[in-house]
Amino acid sequence: MPLLISRLASAAVVIFGVLVLVFLLIHLVPGDPVEVMLGESAQAADREALRQSLGLDQPLLSQFITYLGNIAQFDLGTSLHSKRPISDILLERLPATLELALAALLVAVLVAFPLGVMAAVKKDSAWDHGAMAVSLLGVSIPNFLMGPILILVFAVWLGWFPVSGRDGLASLVLPAITLGTAMAAILSRMVRATLLEVLGEDYIRTARAKGLGPGAVIWRHALRNALLPVITLLGLQLGALLAGAVITEAVFSWPGIGQLVIEAIQRRDYPVVQACVLLISVTYVLVNTLTDMAYGWFDPRIRMGGAG
Amino acid sequence: MDTTVTSKSSRFGLASILGLWLPLIVIVLWALVALTASFLPLAPDQIALEHILLPPGSELWLGADDLGRSLAERTLAGAQTSFIVALWVVLVSAVAGTAIGTFSGYLGGRWDLLVVRIIDIFLAFPGILLAIALAGILGPGIENVVIALSVVGWVGYARLARAQVLSLKHREHVQAAIALGAGPGRIVFRHLLPLLMAPLIVEASFGIAGIVIAEAGLSFLGLGVQPPEASWGSMIRDGARYLLVAPHMVLVPGVALMLVVLSVNLLGDRLRDKLDVRNRKR
Repeated sequence: MPLLISRLASAAVVIFGVLVLVFLLIHLVPGDPVEVMLGESAQAADREALRQSLGLDQPLLSQFITYLGNIAQFDLGTSLHSKRPISDILLERLPATLELALAALLVAVLVAFPLGVMAAVKKDSAWDHGAMAVSLLGVSIPNFLMGPILILVFAVWLGWFPVSGRDGLASLVLPAITLGTAMAAILSRMVRATLLEVLGEDYIRTARAKGLGPGAVIWRHALRNALLPVITLLGLQLGALLAGAVITEAVFSWPGIGQLVIEAIQRRDYPVVQACVLLISVTYVLVNTLTDMAYGWFDPRIRMGGAG
Repeated sequence: MDTTVTSKSSRFGLASILGLWLPLIVIVLWALVALTASFLPLAPDQIALEHILLPPGSELWLGADDLGRSLAERTLAGAQTSFIVALWVVLVSAVAGTAIGTFSGYLGGRWDLLVVRIIDIFLAFPGILLAIALAGILGPGIENVVIALSVVGWVGYARLARAQVLSLKHREHVQAAIALGAGPGRIVFRHLLPLLMAPLIVEASFGIAGIVIAEAGLSFLGLGVQPPEASWGSMIRDGARYLLVAPHMVLVPGVALMLVVLSVNLLGDRLRDKLDVRNRKR
């Protein structure tokens, strides 16, 4: 229980810090943010109106307190472009990004486990070297290159999937592979490394000695214990996944939060940029805190050690 | 040191050629092109309407883009962009991060607590997201790319340096120096930093790969260098619109980018193994 509370407390501190940084983002705009957002042709009256509605005429501290008060009521402000509440826009865009992230996660797990297990079991063989070379290639190919290449081969030449947009399951395939590749590469190395570690332990020797076949040893005994560090890595990698979604969504015109960030930057709609960054970061912190706690929960050694 | 005298044949075996010599050649070429590109007779921004979307071939070695500009020359100019950004970002973030992390770990107490909190807050922004937001708000341009990536980049070095210092500062040689009356500056520079160098260099070598990808990513999103300046990322972005008719517009800068990133990663692996071996022997 004390462990749980201290984890939650440190997550709260981090989220507060994230709020401070995101709040300060708008003050980093070179020159007068209002002028930049409205353009040079704007009327002086319009500028003053926007300045007041954003609270930029107030002292910094009271601006921040108002900001916190609004966030507490889930009021993220109004989009300058569409004049709609930002929270509504985010809710509209969220399902697409979640769908993409989950699909990418699925791709990563489906590729990484067989690859990692094969590499570990056949350690130092050609299979192992091949799998690790594939994984190195996977981390080295950025998704803004992977995306266009997949589009070229599977959409333009072969015509199996749509080039872009979000329309049915077929349109999800290429973005999910694009976003999932880097994670699959990192994950397969992790699966291999933890599995190799576990395979050296005494109880594995015991299991082999009592006559269990190699398949049962791997799947029933080794993999189960190799899973925990892999789950933590999944939590940590989710952040990279969410950030990678920004670029992947831009490549495939996938109408999610990531594309919203880029659109908002291009339109100088900074309140929307702030809100998106806040949403993604807070999600990331929460997921990490949850995996952290789940890890402690599933592994009795950590549960005891942390509480004692 | 006896590890370097292992069988001579393996030093030029297939594994060594692929894992060491080829990557080394790629990196040296990358650096050479970046350092000399300003003096070469290149015209990467030269528009030639008669060359529009020209495929690779006899007339132009690697073809031309949608404005008829030579892709070979733009790829070389892009190499310069990525090298300059990588160099500056690694320099700024490694120096700042190491300084912050080292002093935080060495001094401990309230300052350390504060620094750890700040590091945690920066780590709460996943991956390149903060850099995207910063570059978007600061506006395009190579300086802003360097600023955005350094703001994100220092954290890794700070965390690493701090962790190392925490484990090093109780070593006997440090305690002996303190007992002899050495001040904190002397201890950090003479007794801690030399031991920190190996892990920091490994971190920096992988950091370069990340920065090259990040710079290209920002430029791909239109948040990097200003057109017409060339970046591999903005070249890929321009090419993505002409995939059907001119796939070489994506493939040429894409291959260059991948070669550099792969080479940096391979050399980073080598370096890590080498430096680890030495650590174990100590």
